[in-house]
Order: sequence, then structure tokens, then C-alpha cells
Amino acid sequence: MKHNLTLIIVGLLVVLLLFACSQQKATSPTEALATVQLEEEIVEEPQKLTVMTHDSFDISDNVLAAFENQENAEIQFFKAGDTGTAVNKAVLSKDEPLADVFYGVDNTFLSRVLNEDIFEPYDSPLLTQIPDVFKIDPQHRALPVDFGDVCLNYDKAFFEENNILPPQSLTDLLKPDYKDLLVVQNPATSSPGLSFLLATIGFFGEEGYLEFWQSLTDNNVKIVDDWETAYYGEFSRWGGRYPIVVSYGSSPPFEMIYAEEPMDEPPTAAIVSDGSCFRQIEFVGILKGTKNRALAEKWVDFMLSKDFQEDIPLKMYVFPVNENSEMDETFVNYLAIPEEPVYLDPELIATNRESWIQAWTETILR
Amino acid sequence: MKKKIIFIQAQIKNHLVSLLWLVPLAFLLIFYFFPLSKILGISIGRSESGIIAPFMEAIRSSYIRKVIGFTFWQATLSTIITLGIGIPGAYLLARYKFKGKAMFRAFTGIPFVMPTLVVAAAFNSLIGPRGWFNLVLMEIFNLNTPPLTLTNTLSAILIAHVFFNTTIVLRMVGDFWSHLDPRIEHAARTLGANRWQTLFRVTLPLLMPVITAAALLVFIFDFTSFGVILILGGPKYATLEVEIYYQTISLFNLPLAAVLAIVQLLCTLGLTIAYTRIVTRFTKPLSPISRQVTQRCLYSWRSRIFAVVLITAMLLFFTLPLISLAARSVTRLEPDRGQHEVTSKGLTLEFYQELYINRRSSFFYVTPTRAVTTSLMYALATVVITLALGIPASLALSRKTNSKFNRFMDPIIMLPLGTSAVTLGLGFIVALNRPPLDLRTSPLLIPIAHSLVAFPFVVRSLSPALSSIQPRLRQSAAVLGASPGRVLRTIDFPLVGRALLVATIFAFTISMGEFGATALISRPEYPTIPLMIYRFISQPGGLNYGQALALSTILMLITAVGMLVIERFRIANIGEF
Repeated sequence: MKHNLTLIIVGLLVVLLLFACSQQKATSPTEALATVQLEEEIVEEPQKLTVMTHDSFDISDNVLAAFENQENAEIQFFKAGDTGTAVNKAVLSKDEPLADVFYGVDNTFLSRVLNEDIFEPYDSPLLTQIPDVFKIDPQHRALPVDFGDVCLNYDKAFFEENNILPPQSLTDLLKPDYKDLLVVQNPATSSPGLSFLLATIGFFGEEGYLEFWQSLTDNNVKIVDDWETAYYGEFSRWGGRYPIVVSYGSSPPFEMIYAEEPMDEPPTAAIVSDGSCFRQIEFVGILKGTKNRALAEKWVDFMLSKDFQEDIPLKMYVFPVNENSEMDETFVNYLAIPEEPVYLDPELIATNRESWIQAWTETILR
Repeated sequence: MKKKIIFIQAQIKNHLVSLLWLVPLAFLLIFYFFPLSKILGISIGRSESGIIAPFMEAIRSSYIRKVIGFTFWQATLSTIITLGIGIPGAYLLARYKFKGKAMFRAFTGIPFVMPTLVVAAAFNSLIGPRGWFNLVLMEIFNLNTPPLTLTNTLSAILIAHVFFNTTIVLRMVGDFWSHLDPRIEHAARTLGANRWQTLFRVTLPLLMPVITAAALLVFIFDFTSFGVILILGGPKYATLEVEIYYQTISLFNLPLAAVLAIVQLLCTLGLTIAYTRIVTRFTKPLSPISRQVTQRCLYSWRSRIFAVVLITAMLLFFTLPLISLAARSVTRLEPDRGQHEVTSKGLTLEFYQELYINRRSSFFYVTPTRAVTTSLMYALATVVITLALGIPASLALSRKTNSKFNRFMDPIIMLPLGTSAVTLGLGFIVALNRPPLDLRTSPLLIPIAHSLVAFPFVVRSLSPALSSIQPRLRQSAAVLGASPGRVLRTIDFPLVGRALLVATIFAFTISMGEFGATALISRPEYPTIPLMIYRFISQPGGLNYGQALALSTILMLITAVGMLVIERFRIANIGEF
């Protein structure tokens, strides 16, 4: 009996603690305001729209509420896993679509969705505000929403302490100064890993990239399977041994924004010289067979509009394609956007993905 | 005429037992066989060069053969080591009473629930390049480079597997052993056998059914392991599951992926059939004895030393990484400038506080309390479903061990465990797409998916226990006038009550740990704790990493409390025995 009582008390205490903490901190005020707004305006039945996304999708309450109020709509989100998994699910369910709109396919998977023909074309009026370099699908079945660059990141403190100049380009990585300093992800299992491989293929060409990787192996490059292990496990900023890691161009400013204590400048920096980053672009499309075409079009327009685009960076860690959107000060100061990132044709990627990864695996791991 | 009626009635009663299979079989047909066959059919149908071609491709590829070989190899090694640690631990739990036993069992059970990324982070903080062990060793021996490098090695994979799965052996074998009549061993000793002879020729053979059951479960888990291979093994090590993921997601080579999934299934099937053969040879019905009789306090010095050494070693191994994790969730993460240490000075609760702040007004934000409640609700649903399926199935298996149908169903139950989560997830998408079964986006699918994994555990926990009850006990009750239902209530359930609790705990922890459910569509308004942890840990920045650690610690606490509560369940004498 005594033990039962102790246990119940401990259990109750834990639950009470959790509830107490949740009472103290108020939920964001905009959320409360949005609820009030929604309640006031329910005149007729709101139209429903389902949007399928990958797991990294995020949006601010107030931005979403503004759209829902304006169009008298109710949006249901489905999260379908990482990019590749979500794409596969969208493709396999194309005869009985899971949603009206699918967001999250990137340029490495674009060819797959276009060949499987899961989208309906839509010529959004907002496409005029987007630079042509992002409009990879001329038929506008997949419309660009955001972009991110996969770049090498390095730990500033390490290079300062050891009095070494940080590498400035891909070819620098082959110098003996940078032996044992680089950690990279496996392109077979990691999206940034694949992007970095594609960057090297873009920079050195299909004939030269394997030689580059062979030299990297001679320089003792460390390979791991996923971004989390590389970044939080092996990167010297987080206690590992390697001061150079493959990550995103946005990682340094985010280190600053999500730091525990306010910082003056990011502790890391990205290498953005010509040809050393790979540009990932993410697309949205209206799924074939949707019964809410009109509302789906409005949603796509909304995703391309200034309001949503400006909300993207702090939510999804990627950047807007709409050239009229303004960026947060931190980004303007500390985000280095490469002028000449590597672009590769999605059809080329789709056709050669397997052979490139296989060649890479044989060079590196055998 | 009367004789004929009695004869027919007897035949019907004979087959009534098989009716117990109705519900479990229906569940498996709808939620496992139907999706699986559909996705395999669609996948192979996509092959441009016919149906046989992908099979030929897989057989001819030396790389695939190597992958299959490695998968077996690492699973076998892991299982052997897990048994090596688990069986002595089970002996301790079975035969001795000591204070804090329930806590000890709960602590060794927490690893089962933890997401692999979190466990990797915990191990990293202990034995990583700048983990405590290496820092201490470098201090003592004045070294420049950290001496221990365990990441991305086979050892890391094996250690992680043992870390996760030992609790299966401890609970299943420990529970069964605690009801084993010690007088059989005593008899062997009086007849002149020494300790070791008794162990190998009397005790272990009697324990064979449950040891093989536990070994089978552990092996299948290790065989289909994904996160551990990916994160702790790294690129040099590929198992079938990793290869299936790569072929499906990265290359969209569905035909080859389907072939590999079939290979995986066939291996599981083969193992389970081998298991049933072993078990039918070894199962001997004995009277289970109450734990009051079989367990004793630690009187002798020999037993005390054994207990202290084993408990310390196991606690160190299982709890040190978790404590390290919890400790990191309350210390400042940012190393001081110029000092590359793992942690900086300063305790802080800011990560826990941050969990309750929706700093960026994210629409998908949920409080930890909400996530905890959601996880607990899913766990409750999983427990209910698995018990509703597992109890009839175990009863059917134990009542008529010679039935052909039973021998057919027994391996079938284990198949979901040995099925690739990626494949099955896609199977749900293509199969459950029409009403009334359009569950693809329903939150109901999550407990269903969890149940597919937990249901074999329930059956494997309950069956050995039910089979070990002497039929004469039931027959005596029947002779004394008890109806079959009454026999169930008064004989079977009290005797296997503890096994039932063990089964419930497995179902609960499997659901909390979210095995394979990430292959499904998730409804953002019903997030579970592991999903939220993944969200934080996949983004850069100290606040994000810290929140992931804080949430993981909360998951640990909730699971431990849940396990302890279930263990103390005392209704209708269940658990008392």
C-alpha cells in the first residue's frame, strides 16, 4: 500500500507540474486573436481544403488565419514524412489522391512527380513575381515556393584558435591543411548528402567528380549517414572533432537566432563561393483529381504571395522565391546567398541518381 | 440418434477453440495481408522487364548477398550478447527479492522506448569524441586525441541493440522463471548434480520455450533494425531494411524493394517456423508456483555479491546514457569560448520553459502536455487492441497445440514484425483508400500500426505461460462443475496474470516508442512525443537541440511512471501470483 501511494503521488506531481508550467506561459497572443476572429466570422460553412506536406512544413498562426478568414476556408494539413517518403506517397496514391494540394517536392525529386503526372497545371498570376531561374517546370504543374542552399559550414572558433585560414572553395578541401577536418553525409541516405554530391558533379563535371572524391578520401573525409549525426555529433561546434560539415547556407544565421544566449555574430559560417553550393528548390502543385480546384488555386496563390513568403524563413529554414518579399535583418546581415550555386536538370538527376551514388559508394567505401 | 447428436456436439466444441482465431485473423487480414499484398503487387507490377527480372537481379547481385549476410550476422551477434546479459539478469529478477526491484526493471525498460537519434545523442555525450569517458581518459593519460572511438563501428551497433532489447529477455524470461518450481532443481541437486549440471540439464531445458521466444523477438527486431544501423553504424553497414529504404525512397526502384521485402519476410517466416519446432519439443506443462514460494531474499554472501555486481553493471550500462541525457537537458549546452568541453557550467531549466513558449507563433505548435496526452491516448488504444487480439490468439495456441490450424497461424502472427516499415506504410496508402476503410489519413491508423508490432509480443508472452499450466488443473475445475468461462477466470487468468501484465507493458512501451509509425501520414493536430523530438533535433541551434533533450527526458519519465503503474495493477488477483 505504501508503495502504491508513493507512486500515485509521484505520478500526480508530474502531471501537476506539466499542467502548472503550461498555465504560466500564455500561448501566443496572435493565436488567441485568431480564434476570436474565426468565431466572429462563421456565417456560412467554410470550404475545406486538404494540403499534404513533408514533415518540415510550418506556418505562423496569424498568417494562416488571415488566409482562412479571407477565403472562408478551413485547411487540413497532412504530414507525410521526409521529402522522398512524401513524394512516394503522393505518387502511389495518385488514383485516389490523399489531398488537394501537395507541397514539398524538391528539384531532386521533381522529375519523378512530373513523369508520374500527379499534378494539374496552374498558371498562377503570382508567377510574374518570381525570377525565371526558379521556374523549372515550364508547364507550371509544379510551382516554386522556396529555395535553400546546401553549403559547407565551418566552425569559426576552430580556425581562429589554430591559426588556419578557413577553406574558400571545394578545391581548397584537397589541401593538406584541411586533412581530417571534413565530415560529409552519405548521398544514399541523406538529402543534404545527395545535394553536396550533386554540387561536386556540377563543379567538376561527370568526368572529374570521382577524382575529387578520391582525393577527399585521401584527406580522410568522414562519412556519416544523416544530417543530425554529422551536425550535432561530429561538427566541432557541437562537441565533435570536425570543423567543416555539409549543412545549409541558412545554418549560421539560425545558430544565432536559436542560440541560448544572444550572440553578436554567428559562430559558424558558410562557404558560398561559385559552384560550391547546391540549390534546392521546393515546389507546390495541385493534385490531379482534386474537387476543390478553385480553393486550391487560391492556396497556391497564397503560398506564392508576399505574406506567406516572408513567413517562410523563420518557419522552415529556407528562403522565399518571390522577389518582392523582404527578409529579416539577421538574415540580411548574416545570410550568405551564393551568387552561382549549382543547378542540375531534374531529368538528369533522375536518370543518373543511382549510377552516381553507386560510383560514389565504390570510390569512398571500398 | 442421441449418440450422433452428442458426437456432433463434441465435434463442434472441438472446433470452437479455433473460432478464437476469428478476431485476430480478421485484423491481420485487413490491416496486414491486404496492404502488404497490394503494395507488393503494385511494386512488382511496375517492373518494366517482367515479374521474374527483379528476383533474378537480386539473386545475381553480390552486393545484395553481402547485405543479407551482414543483416544476419549483426542480428545473430546482437541476440547472443543480449541473451548473455539478459539471462543472468532474468535469474536475478526471477529468484530473488530485493528492494527497488520494480525500479530496476523499469530503468532497464526505458531504453526500449527512446528514439534512436536520442540514444545516439546520449551515447555521444558519454563515449563520443568529447564525451565524458574520453575527456577523463585524456586527462589521466595525457593524450592528445580521444582514445575511444566507438561511433560508426560494428561494436556501436551491437551495443545499441543490447541497450534497446535486453529488457525483452529480462521481462519475458524473468517472469516465466519466477514461476518455475525450484523443487525440480533441488531434486537434481540431491541426486548429486552440481550447480552447473543442474543449470544446463534441468533449468535451461525447462526454460527453453520462453528463451527461444524472447530470442526470436530480439532477433527479429535486430534483423529489421533501421535507425541504429543508419545513425550508429554509418555508411559502411547496410542491412536489408536500410537497403529497402534506399531503393524505395531514393531510387523509387519499387520492384527491387519488393523483392528485398519478400526476402526479409521469408527469413522471418523461416525463423518462426524453426522456433515453433523447437518449442513444441521442449514445452512441458508444470504447475506454475507462486512467487511467494520461489523467491527468496539475498541471504548468502555468494548471492549478495552476484546481485551487487550484476545490478551495478546493468544499472551503469542502461541508466548512465539516460542520466547523461537528462543531465544535458538541464545544463547549458553552449561550450565556453575557447574551451571545447562537452558541457559548460551552469544549470538551467530554460529548455523546459522554452517547450511551453510558441516563440515563432507556429501553427503546428503544441504544448508538451498535449503531446504527452496524445502519446498516452495512443498507447492506451494500442494496449486495448493488442489485448483484444492477443488473448484469444494465445488461448487458441495453448489449448490445442496439435491443431494444424494452430501450427499454421503461429508463424503468421510474427510476420508483421519482420516486415519493412517503409513497405507496409506504403501498403496502407495504396490499400486503405476506399471507404469504409479509408484510414490513410486517420489517426486511428497509428494505434493499428503499433498493434501490429505489439500483438506478437503479447502472444509470445502469454503463450508460454498458458502452455505451462497443467491441463489437469483445468480438468479438475471442470470436473468440480466449472464452465469453460469460469475455468478461464479462476484458473488461467490468475496463473498467467503476471504474464498478462508483462504483455501490457510491452504494448504500452512499443506504442510510446512509436515503432514504424513514422511511415504513416501524421495528423499535425495529434503529434506524439517522438515526432516532436525529431522536429527539434533536425534543426540547427542550441535552443532546438536543448528542447529535443528536454522532451526526451519527459518521455523517459512518463514511460517509467507508466510501466511502474501497470506493474502494480492489482485486480482479480492478477499480478499477485
